[in-house]
This record gives sequence, structure tokens and C-alpha cells, in this order.
Amino acid sequence: MSQELKNHKQQTPNNEVLVKVENLSKKFCKDLKTSLWYGVQDLVSNLKGNKTERELRDQEFWAVKEISFELRRGECLGLIGHNGAGKSTLLKILNGLINPDAGKVTIRGRVGALIELGAGFNGILTGRENIYNNGAILGFSRKEINEKLDEIIDFAEIQEFIDMPVQNYSSGMKVRLGFAIAAQMEPDVLLIDEVLAVGDLGFVLKCFKTIDKILPNTAIIFVSHSMPMISRICNQIILMEKGLTKFQGDDVAKAIDLYYQSFVNNESNVVFDDGSLSLEDIKLLDPQSGEATNQLNWGEDLSLYFSFKLNRTFQESPIFKIIIFDKEQRPVAILKENDKNETIAIKNNIIQFVVSHKNIQLSKGVYTLNLLVAEGRIQAPLLRTNGILTFQIIHEDEIWPPFLLESSFT
Amino acid sequence: MELETKIYQKENNLSPGNLLKQSLGDIYRSRFLARQLAERDIKAQYRQSYLGIIWAFITPLATAAVWVFLNMSGTIQVTDTGIPYPVYAFTGTLLWSIMREAINSPATSTSSARGILSKINFPKEALIISGIYKLLFNSSIKILLLVALVFLFGIGFHWSLLLLPFVILGALLFGTTIGLFLTPISMLYKDVGKVVGMGFSFLMYITPVVYPVPGEGIMRTVMEINPFTPIILTSRDLITGASPDYLAYYFVVLAATVPLFLLALMAYRISIPIIVERSN
Repeated sequence: MSQELKNHKQQTPNNEVLVKVENLSKKFCKDLKTSLWYGVQDLVSNLKGNKTERELRDQEFWAVKEISFELRRGECLGLIGHNGAGKSTLLKILNGLINPDAGKVTIRGRVGALIELGAGFNGILTGRENIYNNGAILGFSRKEINEKLDEIIDFAEIQEFIDMPVQNYSSGMKVRLGFAIAAQMEPDVLLIDEVLAVGDLGFVLKCFKTIDKILPNTAIIFVSHSMPMISRICNQIILMEKGLTKFQGDDVAKAIDLYYQSFVNNESNVVFDDGSLSLEDIKLLDPQSGEATNQLNWGEDLSLYFSFKLNRTFQESPIFKIIIFDKEQRPVAILKENDKNETIAIKNNIIQFVVSHKNIQLSKGVYTLNLLVAEGRIQAPLLRTNGILTFQIIHEDEIWPPFLLESSFT
Repeated sequence: MELETKIYQKENNLSPGNLLKQSLGDIYRSRFLARQLAERDIKAQYRQSYLGIIWAFITPLATAAVWVFLNMSGTIQVTDTGIPYPVYAFTGTLLWSIMREAINSPATSTSSARGILSKINFPKEALIISGIYKLLFNSSIKILLLVALVFLFGIGFHWSLLLLPFVILGALLFGTTIGLFLTPISMLYKDVGKVVGMGFSFLMYITPVVYPVPGEGIMRTVMEINPFTPIILTSRDLITGASPDYLAYYFVVLAATVPLFLLALMAYRISIPIIVERSN
């Protein structure tokens, strides 16, 4: 007892655990009719108190399996994973919308959810009336809404249209209004699910400003597919895969790497091919040994060996463009194409060459190459292939910009 | 400030007492939400319609008109009702439509909130209460119409009319209770709603809606057992100023309704997560 009291005393308001999740599991059923029938059985067993252990029944699978974490005030947990990994299900359990099949969630304080903005809006009613509808659902009293009404309308920036039926709003305006209302919540725990993906840039920036403002006093659980957003606000992360935790911890960068790696698809895909030539071989050459590799240290020389088979005769060598993409599929660089006047030797209908770039300064990460081969003055495309090679740049510093440029300070 | 702690787990460790306490607490806390939802639905309903409220009572009036016609043309001989037959038929069908609406109310409210049920955690009891608000609104309009009809047919004013709102309130609670028991299962299976709809049309014929309880025979026994009988008859007697013969049975029904309503509320509260999980 005295121990408990002591612990309680030591807690400053900023490090109390607000969310505690222990071995949480949830199962879903693949077939609707079966699911409904299980629903009836669960209704009955719920009424009886529901003490028995739950096993997987026919057609069921674990949508969330044995997830555990703790979250304190001021912390933000990112939940990432492929579609169907169980992120939203986990969020629904945390929000108390559905009950877990095993495990336990303990949440302290007022829970706010940015899962759907503008819940309870009725299209026929005006924006002003719907502020009351949505506000009531979010748990505000009439008095609170009256007080915050002007602030909400200002924040949403739709003063002009506030007395227009909401059905005539653009989707962006609806989301703005929804967020403006939700932003008035002062939650202890905030659940965010992908809502920030909609809306224009100004809106997204505004959302982040609001989140930054409330973060110090809140424990946030953030589901997103946007890794820049995750890395911007999260200091804890769980990577989920098929309901299971694949990675958990405070190394957000590592989890993001793992997430991207799970998408790495080593097969190249031909986007366009007119049949005049085909890529036979591509290798990244190790700067020391000259052997094929897929890793380079930052600052080493990039050397790519290419070999093409020609299916017709060429007057002059085609133009080779090699484009470097980062893991988010953003093009970050292009290697300067070969000069038309420098003919590359063709032997037995085989054309082979090495493209080099000295002192590569791409930042740490995984990159892929796309290839474009074109011909002539108008650069008519001959071959276009995505993902011909994937390689990794190794460096100790994790940075977000695509380049880490050598520099000196004087 | 002490923070509220919520625990979600598979086991339902709540004693019925605590469950009921939470449920009633949520009803109190969500009183503004319930009113707001009712207001929203009523406003939206009338803003998009020219005839508005007329739709609420056109069906019962039409049904009554058919029976009045059948009776007046001699196609069907209804035993003496003690009051002008049109008054009997109109009060019957209007009261019946109130009952019917009350039974459908919890399922309708829950169903129309499906979208937000799976997204936002709010006190679900507010849906039931908002349903009751909407019922009160629609019923009071129907009752005004009834009273107007009564005066039109020269029945005149009776002091007993002032008791009518209380009887109707009891009737609404009774209907809502039945509806609330059916809601969890009818959210899962559409069949339930269909069966209830069909069953209700048959039920009307064993309730003194358009004809009185017969003097003897099996029909009399069935009608006297039917718990809808005292509700319809007591209401009608208060409107027309007759002495309410079934008042005792009405109180029995009402006395049973209150605990059943609380029980239904508890069942509803426990079932919502399953409904959200399985049918959204």
C-alpha cells in the first residue's frame, strides 16, 4: 500500500501511463453468414459473463494477435503496416467500439478519436446546425459549443458558407469543419486514423500545428501510411503484419525501413518495349573487388554494369537514362545520359558498358533504378523498365532528405 | 484531477447493478446528445418535404377510412362500440400507429447510426432516448389530431383527457421496451425486422383496434390476454370519457414494463460492440 502511495507521489503529470495494452487479440470471421451466427452466440455468451477462453472457430482468423504496449502522456505511438495488418481494428478496440477476444486495455482519461471527421452531419442541415450535431456526438455540451462556435467557424475558414446546407459543401470543406470541431476536444488520449490524408496542404499543416499543440499533454496513437508524417510526430512505433507485432520500439527509422523493405519487390517490370533491344544483365559493382553487390557505403563510387542484347542494327548507340528512386518512389536523381557522339562498342549484337558516378552522396536508405532507352533526335523510346536494380546506401546517420552532401564549415 | 479509467476486455465483469448504473449514468450524461439527434432528424425530415407531418398519420387515417367505409356500407358488421364508429376506428388506428412506431424506434435509431457507431465512441443510450423524443413529437401531433376528431364527432371534452399523455407515455415505454429487446438480434439479421413487421399486421386483428373485444369465444380470451389490449382500450376510454375497464391490466403491463425496460437497456449496452463488429 505504502509502495503504491509512493509511486503515485513520484508521478509527475507528464509521465503517467495513460494507455496500457496487454496481450490484446481480436479475431474476425471470413464468411458473413457464419460471422452473424457467431455474433448470435457471442450475444448469448456476453450476457452470461463471457469467462471462457476463446479459440478460433471455423472460418476465423486473428486480425490482431498479442499486441502489448504502454503509452505515457506526451508520447506518440505510430502504427504502421500493410492494408489489413490490423491497425484500424486495434484502434477500434482502443476506442471501445469493439471488444477484444483476449487481453486487456486500460485507458485513463478522456479519449478523443480523429477517425471520422464530421460524424453525425446531416446533409440537409446547415453547417452551423451540424456543428451542434457533431459536437454533441463528440461529447460537448450545448454550452461548450455555444462558447466555441466562433472559434470553430474561424478555424474551418468557412464563415461565408456556414448557413448553407452541408450537402453543398465540397469534401474538403466538410473535413475542415469536422476537424475544426474535433480540434476543440481536449483529450488525454487521442486516436488518429488516416484522416489527415484528405484536405489540401494548408489544411494538413493546420492539423499538424494543432496536433503539435496538444501533443505535450496527450498520448497519441497515430495510424498512417505516410512515413514522413509518422517520422515527424511519433517517438514510438509498432510495425504490424497480419495482426502480429513485427517490430516495436522507439527506433522509428528502423521500423520505417522494415516497412519499406516489406514492399521491396525484386522483380523488374517492363513498362514499354518495342522489341529492338533487351536488358540481359545489370550489376552494381563493388568498388574494391569489382564483384556484384547490392550495398555501397556513402561516399563510394557507384558503378553499374549493363549488358543489352540488340535485336536489330543500330546506326548510332541509343541513349540510356538511369533514374534513381527512393523507397517512397520519389525520383531523386538521374545519371547524366551518354553523349550521342561517343559510340559505345557493339559486339555480336551485344552492347555492354559501365556507368560510373564518383563519390555518391545519397543519404542512407534503399534505392531502386529505372531505365529508359531511347533513340535518335526525338528520343523515341525503345525500352522502359522500372525497378531494374535495388541497392542500399550505408551510413550511420538517419536523415530524411535524399542527399547527404559532403560539406566543410570554415 | 482524477482521471476516469476505462478497461476493455473480453470478460464482462460488471455486476448487473453496475451495468445498470453505467447505463443510466450515460443516459443522463448524453441528454444533450439525445435531444440534438432528435432535433436533427425531425428538422431534416420536415425540411425536405412539403407535406411534412401529414405523412405521419396518413396511413392510419386511410386504414380507418377503409374500415369506416366497410362498416357503413354494411360489408362488415362491427358490434356496437358505444361511440360513433368513425371515432372508434380513427382512435384505434392512430393509437396503433403510435405503438407500431414505438416498437420500431430503437432498431431504426440504432440502424441509422450504424455509420458513426463503428467510428466514434459515444453513449449509445442516447440513440434510444432520441428515439423516444422523436416518438413523443410524432405522437403528440397524432394525439392533437385525435382530440380534434373527437370534438368534430361531438364527443366533447372530458377531464379524463388530461390523463391521456401519461397513458401514452406508458404505451411508448412499453413499445420501446419490446423494440429494444429485439434490436440486438434484428441488427444482425434483417429477417427479424420483416417478421416483426408481418407479425404486427396480424397482431392488429387480435387487438381491439377497429372492432371491440367480442362478448365471448376464443377471440375474447386471446384479446384479453394480449397486453396491447389494455393500452389501446385505456387510451381510447380516456379520450371518449368512458370508464376504463382495463385499467387494472394496464397497470400490470406498465409495472412489468419498467423493470423489463431496464433489463433491455442492459442487454442493449452489452450487445452494441458485437453489432458494431459483425454488421458494419
